[in-house]
Amino acid sequence: MENLIALLVGAPLLGAAVLLCGGRRLDKVGHWVGTLLAAASFAIGLALFADMLGKSADDRALHQRLYTWIPVEGFQADIAFQLDQLSMTFVLLISGVGTLIHVYSIGYMEHDERRRRFFGYLNLFVAAMLLLVLADNYLLLYFGWEGVGLASYLLIGFWQHKPSAATAAKKAFLVNRVGDMGLSIAIMIMFTTFGTFTFGPVLAATGEASEGTLTAIGLMLLLAACGKSAQVPLQSWLGDAMEGPTPVSALIHAATMVTAGVYLIVRSADIFNAAPDAQTVVVVVGAVTLLFGAIVGCAKDDIKKALAGSTMSQIGYMILAAGLGPIGYVFAIMHLVTHGFFKAGLFLGAGSVMHGMNDEVDMRRYGGLRKYMPVTFVTFGLGYLAIIGFPGLSGFFSKDMIIEAAFAKGGTQGWILGSVTLLGAAITAYYMTRVMLMTFFGEKRWQADAEGHEPHPHESPKSMTIPMILLAFGSVFAGGIFGVGDRFVHWLEPVTGYAHGHPPISAAAVTSATVAVMVIGVGLAYLQYGRRPVPVVAPRGSLLTRAARRDLLQDDFNHAVFVRGGTHLTRSLVYVDHSLVDGVVNGTAASVGGLSGRLRKLQNGYARSYAVSMFGGTAVLIAATLLMRAV
Amino acid sequence: MSAELAAYATSGGEAFQFWVLGTVAVAGALGTILMRRAVHSALCLAGTMIILAVFYLANGAYFLGIVQIVVYTGAIMMLFLFVVMLVGVTAADSLKETLKGQRWWAAACGLGFGILLAGGIGNASLTEFVGLGAANSAHGGNVEGLAALIFTKYVFAFEMTGALLITAAVGAMVLTHRERTERARTQRELAEQRVREGKHVPPLPAPGVYARHNAVDIPGLLPDGTPSELTVMQTLRKRGQVRDVSAEALADLKALEQRSEERLGRDRDEEEATR
Amino acid sequence: MNPVNYLYLAALLFTIGAAGVLIRRNAIVVFMCVELMLNACNLAFVAFSRMHGNLDGQIIAFFTMVVAAAEVVVGLAIIVSVFRARHSASVDDASLMKL
Repeated sequence: MENLIALLVGAPLLGAAVLLCGGRRLDKVGHWVGTLLAAASFAIGLALFADMLGKSADDRALHQRLYTWIPVEGFQADIAFQLDQLSMTFVLLISGVGTLIHVYSIGYMEHDERRRRFFGYLNLFVAAMLLLVLADNYLLLYFGWEGVGLASYLLIGFWQHKPSAATAAKKAFLVNRVGDMGLSIAIMIMFTTFGTFTFGPVLAATGEASEGTLTAIGLMLLLAACGKSAQVPLQSWLGDAMEGPTPVSALIHAATMVTAGVYLIVRSADIFNAAPDAQTVVVVVGAVTLLFGAIVGCAKDDIKKALAGSTMSQIGYMILAAGLGPIGYVFAIMHLVTHGFFKAGLFLGAGSVMHGMNDEVDMRRYGGLRKYMPVTFVTFGLGYLAIIGFPGLSGFFSKDMIIEAAFAKGGTQGWILGSVTLLGAAITAYYMTRVMLMTFFGEKRWQADAEGHEPHPHESPKSMTIPMILLAFGSVFAGGIFGVGDRFVHWLEPVTGYAHGHPPISAAAVTSATVAVMVIGVGLAYLQYGRRPVPVVAPRGSLLTRAARRDLLQDDFNHAVFVRGGTHLTRSLVYVDHSLVDGVVNGTAASVGGLSGRLRKLQNGYARSYAVSMFGGTAVLIAATLLMRAV
Repeated sequence: MSAELAAYATSGGEAFQFWVLGTVAVAGALGTILMRRAVHSALCLAGTMIILAVFYLANGAYFLGIVQIVVYTGAIMMLFLFVVMLVGVTAADSLKETLKGQRWWAAACGLGFGILLAGGIGNASLTEFVGLGAANSAHGGNVEGLAALIFTKYVFAFEMTGALLITAAVGAMVLTHRERTERARTQRELAEQRVREGKHVPPLPAPGVYARHNAVDIPGLLPDGTPSELTVMQTLRKRGQVRDVSAEALADLKALEQRSEERLGRDRDEEEATR
Repeated sequence: MNPVNYLYLAALLFTIGAAGVLIRRNAIVVFMCVELMLNACNLAFVAFSRMHGNLDGQIIAFFTMVVAAAEVVVGLAIIVSVFRARHSASVDDASLMKL
């Protein structure tokens, strides 16, 4: 079975190669090729999953070594795969959701003349993401990490004719570079400390390294996770990344790629377990992002950006959970998977709405769409219920576990984290209800666009609705399947380890509180958006609202600190270069030139002047001779 | 002062001779470099060389003394004078220095160099000397001694200098000789050419219009008082030795006219008075 | 009298000649100054010959004279050629080797 692992990556990679190199003649079949190869990857994943289920829990990890990339004494870089329960979870999520989104894209991108290329990029993404989660060492993981970054860049800027898309792609790439630096530094520290970067030896040897080193590695890994998973302070790119086509937002910027940071932290669990300081930072980052994303999500009128804020916030939950240590790892991954289902479903729903609304994204121009697109309404509604944690649906199970684990952290820290997660849950309920109400309920508020096209909301084609329905199933049942009987915990425990947390209040109380804050959030949103008509033009809003509309001034901060600072730095460097470096160079040249100019005057062409020089020189030579003799 | 004595010792007479003639020699050397006219310089140099010849004789170098007079003063200096005549005996150099700081540098270097030489000589332990008596008498005389050395020890150098002299003579000829590549034209041909060109058909005008200046290097004046270069011979024109007297002549003319005017005026006055 | 005085005289004449080379512009006079320097050397050689009691110094002086004669012949020929071409015997006028 091990030999199939490479095929998981190979199938979509082949698809990318064929589609991107094949040229125009593949335009007619390109999307089918891409979808089939993604589906093939999913099928192989399922086969491997079935095989894995048949083994005992501790014997499930598979390894495959393709070849040694850099066979140097003391530096072994292998192209090798490791398929354990954690990777398996990701493989199924990535290839499964990926396949569904491929299918969805067939309909969504139908009228785009560059559809083949789009599928090529999607396949490239799936291959890179699978490589990321299947790698058995940090270097190969880094390869996949960069691969998904590239695919993300290509897909955000897929409509490169729009300056905003091109800029967003660049922004995503640049911000990600900061995180990638963290990952590469972490790998370097690892190599100097442990002499290897293969998961097994590194994680087994964490006891040998000093806590300071481990903290450094942990913080660098966290920086990488922040970049890829859009956590504070590297969160600014995710909102703009919504410039990409909606399937991309669903697959890459909601379900899979942005969760790579969570994967990285959970995969490096042993390092973080041994570095409590790094763990604390992880928790803080998660908590801050959780609230940050939620607040931003409340203020956005662009449906995709509201969902992007939500994504940020939900990943904040995962990061927080991952920072809690063994009591949280499993739930981080569990929330990751359920989130993959319902957030992908929500994005696909949003895409479906936009599809029917002439690509309008402003929710203030929607309203009352439930009558026009019932399937979208139902699937989106199920995703909505899942994300706010409606009892019984996926989000309820996974989020509740995280809140419980946060309380179980213990002490003041536990109370603070628990409160933050509860508050986050309330805000989640609030903004998601807002999205729901503004989009599907109330009066219709759409208008003719500039060219006078009145939008005719209609249900999307089958190729789009079927993936939405399937994802809605996932949103509804995944949590139950995972949560009931701690199935997911038992599944992942051999890889990540598990410690049962004991919250200071009973689990039932936590659950009740979760449901209560959810109801409060929904109620508030209903009072604000359900009872009153939604104004088409956004009201001015409070200071916080206005700040949140500007993504809580993140770009202003970045601009003021990094762009301005960078500009000043480069300006002063340019000044130093011009005045000092060039000054020295030019000064040398000028002084040599000036000296030469003076010396040239000696070359006046008059034989008598030369004769004086000769005569003087002779005199000096005689003087020297006499002096030497005297001495 | 006997020859024998001069060969190895200095007498009071020689000392007297040295101080007197040495002074003259230095004066001649200074004259050489300070005289404005090249011909004067040459004469001063000739004087210095004759004195040097006397010193050679006093030092027992009889052959060299004679050669100095015959070859140097007699032949080389005459060659110098010949060239000076060729280039222009009258042309006096301006002693005004044109190169900035040249004179100061020359003075400083010369002074320093002289002091160094003197210091070097003073430093050397030259308190005793052998004299040439033995050397001169070894082969029966100074000339025989020199001959013995030249044709034995220095024969190769001697041959080389002979070759050098030949080469120099040939070189001088090559440098100054100009081959005439065509036959010189006859008077008749020249006259025919003049008529054919229609320019200056009559002979060129003669120089020296005024009696005071009837020298060949003074151009004749045209009716308007300007000098005509054509009246001076070609050689002088090319050498730039044409004396320009036009200003002088014009001033004379003016004075003449003024005088005649006065005379005429006075006559007129007298006439009016008599009337 | 010490014959060393001849050497001092030779040094003095040589220096005067050198100064003349430096300050005179007429090529013929410059040449005469060179001759003066050569003669000063000859005087020194003759004096040395007397001091050391052998004739080699006189031989050198003799060769110096020969070489000087050759030099004068060629040098004067050059001066005449230059004068023919440029109507000037000033060494400063032949200052073409400058920028």
